[in-house]
Amino acid sequence: MKVSLFIPCFVDQLLPQVGIDLATVLRRIGCDVNFPEAQTCCGQPAFNTGYWGEAKPLAERFVSVFRSADFVVCPSGSCTAMVRNFYPELLADSPLREEAMDIGSRVFEFSEFLVTFAKAGEVAARFPHRVAVHDSCHALRELHLKQQPREVLRHVQGLTLVDLPYSEDCCGFGGTFSGKFPMISAAMGDAKAASAERSAAEYVTSTDPSCLLHIEGIFRRHNSQVRIISLPGILAQTASAGEHAADARPSRSAP
Amino acid sequence: MSSPAQEFLRSATEKSADLAHRQIIRKGIDSYQAAFEGGRSRFLDWQDARRRLYEIKWDAINHLDRYLEEFERRVIERGGHVFWAENSEEACKYIADLALARGVKKIVKSKSMVTEEIHLAHALEKLSIPSIETDLGEYIVWLRNEPPYHIVTPAMHLTRAQIAALFQEKLGGIDSDDPQELVAAARRALRRDFFSAEMGISGANFLIADSGMIALTTNEGNGRLCTSLPRIHVAVAGIEKILPRLEDLAAFWPMLATSGTGQPISCYSTLVGGPRRPGEPDGPEEFHVVLLDNGRSELLGDAEKRDILHCIRCGACLNACPVFRTIGGHTYGTTYPGPIGSVLTPQLRGLNEFQHLSYASSLCGACTDVCPVKIDLHHHLLHNRRDAINTATRPWLERRAFQIFRWMMMDSRRFAFFGWMARLKMRALYALGLAGSALDPSRAWTRNHSAPAIPAHSFRALWRRAHGAN
Repeated sequence: MKVSLFIPCFVDQLLPQVGIDLATVLRRIGCDVNFPEAQTCCGQPAFNTGYWGEAKPLAERFVSVFRSADFVVCPSGSCTAMVRNFYPELLADSPLREEAMDIGSRVFEFSEFLVTFAKAGEVAARFPHRVAVHDSCHALRELHLKQQPREVLRHVQGLTLVDLPYSEDCCGFGGTFSGKFPMISAAMGDAKAASAERSAAEYVTSTDPSCLLHIEGIFRRHNSQVRIISLPGILAQTASAGEHAADARPSRSAP
Repeated sequence: MSSPAQEFLRSATEKSADLAHRQIIRKGIDSYQAAFEGGRSRFLDWQDARRRLYEIKWDAINHLDRYLEEFERRVIERGGHVFWAENSEEACKYIADLALARGVKKIVKSKSMVTEEIHLAHALEKLSIPSIETDLGEYIVWLRNEPPYHIVTPAMHLTRAQIAALFQEKLGGIDSDDPQELVAAARRALRRDFFSAEMGISGANFLIADSGMIALTTNEGNGRLCTSLPRIHVAVAGIEKILPRLEDLAAFWPMLATSGTGQPISCYSTLVGGPRRPGEPDGPEEFHVVLLDNGRSELLGDAEKRDILHCIRCGACLNACPVFRTIGGHTYGTTYPGPIGSVLTPQLRGLNEFQHLSYASSLCGACTDVCPVKIDLHHHLLHNRRDAINTATRPWLERRAFQIFRWMMMDSRRFAFFGWMARLKMRALYALGLAGSALDPSRAWTRNHSAPAIPAHSFRALWRRAHGAN
């Protein structure tokens, strides 16, 4: 199975380990993984701020970069939703609209891809920790991915899935929202930190590394004991890499 | 005077840090949520019920002209009067003139958001005619001289102790914060007003086209008293409140109650059918309906935005909204707070002054998920933002920034280069301990977050190192 990585711009620049872990897991289940280097940004920051004129050429560019891909896998639910759900509207009067919709049907969020195409347990990951899932909004409400991340985690050896109170409440990141209204965004993050503290979780993970970037900054400011790890970060751990890998890896590079 | 946007920022900053406020709201909404889940489970198929409501509203709104005229005809047949108000001023003037002409000395009001929208209380105050709110929550915020905090639960931001202290100050004779006693105190005070008022003013939850009746929903019975005891009853309603048929209430009443409070049906579901007719034992002598446009027909003319008019003002989107829960209802500075307010206000009162509300959302979509009439709320916020960029004033710097963003992202090598530069700079800055300082361009972030560890290499650099160039 030929898979093209769709690495969101912020993952590329700030969370490269998420991309590395993503590629590792996909290879482990037998995918032929490539990274189209011409990719940059799907245009979501401009689109969500209302700059559709700026977002549109980026969307068209995305289509031309990924047009020959069989499958596209992305570690972010939000960026996946941008392509699948919003490109048809953004490109309403573009000659590339049909092609964009076609690519939309071939782009998958990571856990969605695994649940759809990998056999249960095929990833053979081991992560002996208590993990809670924060439901990232766009994965949950635009892509309807509720069970997928949990299903993937259920097959990780040693992992105990625990509840996160108010797991469907937004963490407050919201892209440019966190820049325009930092006080509201941080207060929402504080509420998420309080929920995580009340849970039994050692780690919080999510279908979106952007939420995790925000949550982690808030958690660490609160000196929270709860750590952050991306879904590919968990799935990349194996028995041989062992229990130490997760612990030794500073919580920072984990997402 | 500061602009609505500045005032919003000031209040949002204050409320975001107000933990006591957040706890009160969390507690209130937690009990709502539990009741709501219980209420929703009584539906055989909640999603199907939402679709049904959507279809009925779609029909009503897309044939609004026909249904409104039918409604008017039926009201007149029942002996009532209909006044079409293009804006707040016309609506207020009609009611004020009527009150003056009939020598009204006192007015009792049943809860109505649309009378807040037109600032009716202010207009009546100018004539020195007291108008008394009779819904308990509205009564409380009215005594505090505050606008409602929430469109369904106007006093949800207050504790029992605060209400007891308020009643002691305004009514006297209160020595307990027992809810039963507080309600009894309000009831004693309000009974006098019900019997002495010459005019009752209500809103309308629904205007029923095929019967010329208005449907009122309350939990305290005050709506019935307001509409039957005084000599004159005036109902004020936005034109979007129309339902085609009486039988549509079978779908809307339970859904409104469940979405609003989690109840299977509200305690008092009332149909008001105009003035007292010969042989009827009670009812007002006169019945007037004020149909308010106030910008709604503009929305009607816009196919993309038309479904905003589906709103039945149940308040579910407010309860679901994490921003509302953080900043509270008063921060919005608008008649309708929360997601529906952020969608509607820029439409009714102008994008230039109220576009900030469309941006004050993480676009999480929790509102859209709960809306009983399936208004695509968070996508409307997105559309408002697009319209703001196209038609309203935005900061020059922001426009420029997104032009540069596009230029940078149109070339992957350019992106890689600028990304590398930025990471280099941030690594140095953070290493020097300057995170959050005036020199830190990311200080909006680092003020509230621990500074992230900036990686030395981007993903694409690591990939290229491992696999060579494509």
